[in-house]
Amino acid sequence: MARIAFNNVWKEYGDQVVLERLNLTVGDGEFCTVVGASGCGKTTFLRMLLGQESPTRGRILLDGEPLPAEPGRDRGIVFQRYSVFPHLTVLNNVLLGLELKDAPLTARLFGRARRQARDKAIQMLDAVGLGQALDKYPSALSGGMQQRLALAQSLVMEPRILLLDEPFGALDPGIRSDMHRLVLDLWRKLGLTVFMITHDLEEGFYLGTRLLVFDKLRVDPQAPGAYGASITYDLPVGATERRLYEDIRDDVRATPRALAAAVDAAG
Amino acid sequence: MKRLINLRPSRSTGILLGLLPFVVLLVVYLAGSQARLADNPNDKLLPAFSSLGDAVERMALEPSKRSGDILLWTDTAASLQRLGLGVGISALIGLVFGVALGTVPYLRAGLSPLVSSLSLIPPLALLPILFIVFGLGELSKVVLIVFGVAPFIIRDLQQRAQELPAELLVKAQTLGASTWQIILRVVVPQLLPRLLDAVRLSLGAAWLFLIAAEAIAATDGLGYRIFLVRRYLAMDVVLPYVVWITLLAYLTDLLLRIASRRAFRWYHQLNGEGN
Ligand SMILES: Nc1ncnc2c1ncn2[C@@H]1O[C@H](COP(=O)(O)OP(=O)(O)OP(=O)(O)O)[C@@H](O)[C@H]1O
Ligand SMILES: [Mg+2]
Repeated sequence: MARIAFNNVWKEYGDQVVLERLNLTVGDGEFCTVVGASGCGKTTFLRMLLGQESPTRGRILLDGEPLPAEPGRDRGIVFQRYSVFPHLTVLNNVLLGLELKDAPLTARLFGRARRQARDKAIQMLDAVGLGQALDKYPSALSGGMQQRLALAQSLVMEPRILLLDEPFGALDPGIRSDMHRLVLDLWRKLGLTVFMITHDLEEGFYLGTRLLVFDKLRVDPQAPGAYGASITYDLPVGATERRLYEDIRDDVRATPRALAAAVDAAG
Repeated sequence: MKRLINLRPSRSTGILLGLLPFVVLLVVYLAGSQARLADNPNDKLLPAFSSLGDAVERMALEPSKRSGDILLWTDTAASLQRLGLGVGISALIGLVFGVALGTVPYLRAGLSPLVSSLSLIPPLALLPILFIVFGLGELSKVVLIVFGVAPFIIRDLQQRAQELPAELLVKAQTLGASTWQIILRVVVPQLLPRLLDAVRLSLGAAWLFLIAAEAIAATDGLGYRIFLVRRYLAMDVVLPYVVWITLLAYLTDLLLRIASRRAFRWYHQLNGEGN
């Protein structure tokens, strides 16, 4: 059964159309990578999934029900930055979600309940390779370690959907491929549905099961905000040919240039 | 030769440089005092160190003839109690309202204009009203400090709360946190070290209001004493009292700084101050 459905979704800020005519169904356990030129609305797309923004038009359904209009435990997120709490140690960062869930009033666990939660948190931290850094504060961690912590923190809550907004964009290429392996591993093990934005098309092409390319189909040089981006390619990946990858790459690269040329021609 | 902005004193040179202005001040005072006393042995404006010493001994070591109390200590205890109460209550009010206004848009919309207006009232202009309403006792002095300091702390903490990265609040929500839980586990813990910063910044103002209130209506306290002996031009008492107040202010600040470092290691690491 399809889990997430976008029915003709539009998103506008004032008279700027950011996204238009999004139609999409994503099934359980899919791993979608999202690529597109900078500023074309990828983060906006993710924020709508998160419930932080709502569509201007159209509907987003989750299992046939309208998506809740605010973030919740079923949708985890890792941002590019600021995803972990600076005032909590590594262990407490992961423990936090479990404490919030079981102690509505004090948001703290004690005794046996805490020990159980602690064991679970440590297991998760071991899985992302942070088992040795339990008592450190995030400011003492490297960028890659902070992102792994953010992942562990989200995944310990067993979300159904995991949203990743260029989570590894700031990391070195070597560490990045380690992180990809980690994410793929966790995705397979936990049976999540994943949406991952990346600015690296190659990354989008070889990671996951499905590639979504966002781009503007129409451009009005007089009014750059008149038309929004929509999904121009929606491909199963893994089995795709190299040539198509190069085609899309040229497309995505060409967008800003095409826009500039169109403006020139008009002016 | 390096540029001036790139030249840094060593630790010991730095300390020596820092002491130098104090030594200069001291020398200037001594010279001035000697010159005036040579002119007129009864001059009261710049007393010699010996008479300052006598005054300190009288105030800090010997019981007063009238009450039997050692005046410096009773004054200090009275003033510090008022200051502590005033600043403590202000900190509490500041934290509660700062967090509430900084995190809940509806409360912000409802209360922000009021807080902004209150913070524009010059607190000293309220002093007569406070004396009328709360009487001349302790309460009106504490309330003056609260009036003078709490709006600043509220506004500062509200600002800090709004500056917390939106990502953190969203992240907390994706972990299932309710508004209350977000306040309890995310906002308040991150604002506590900032509260200490705000308190440190507002101590100067708190002293100002304390001394003003004591000068006008009190029977003890450091400010009361200074203004009392001023009538006899007793600079030999006023000057040591001023130095003592300065020292107290410095020590309170130092104490808060150390407490902050101890209690909020993460905050000082984050700001690159080392451990
Ligand atoms: N809250 C907002 N108010 C007004 N405009 C916004 C808002 N958020 C985003 N936008 C606009 O929407 C457009 C898309 O922004 P978005 O952040 O989704 O792009 P993106 O694809 O994630 O870009 P990048 O790859 O650079 O992160 C931008 O033109 C941006 O200016
Ligand atoms: Mg983005």
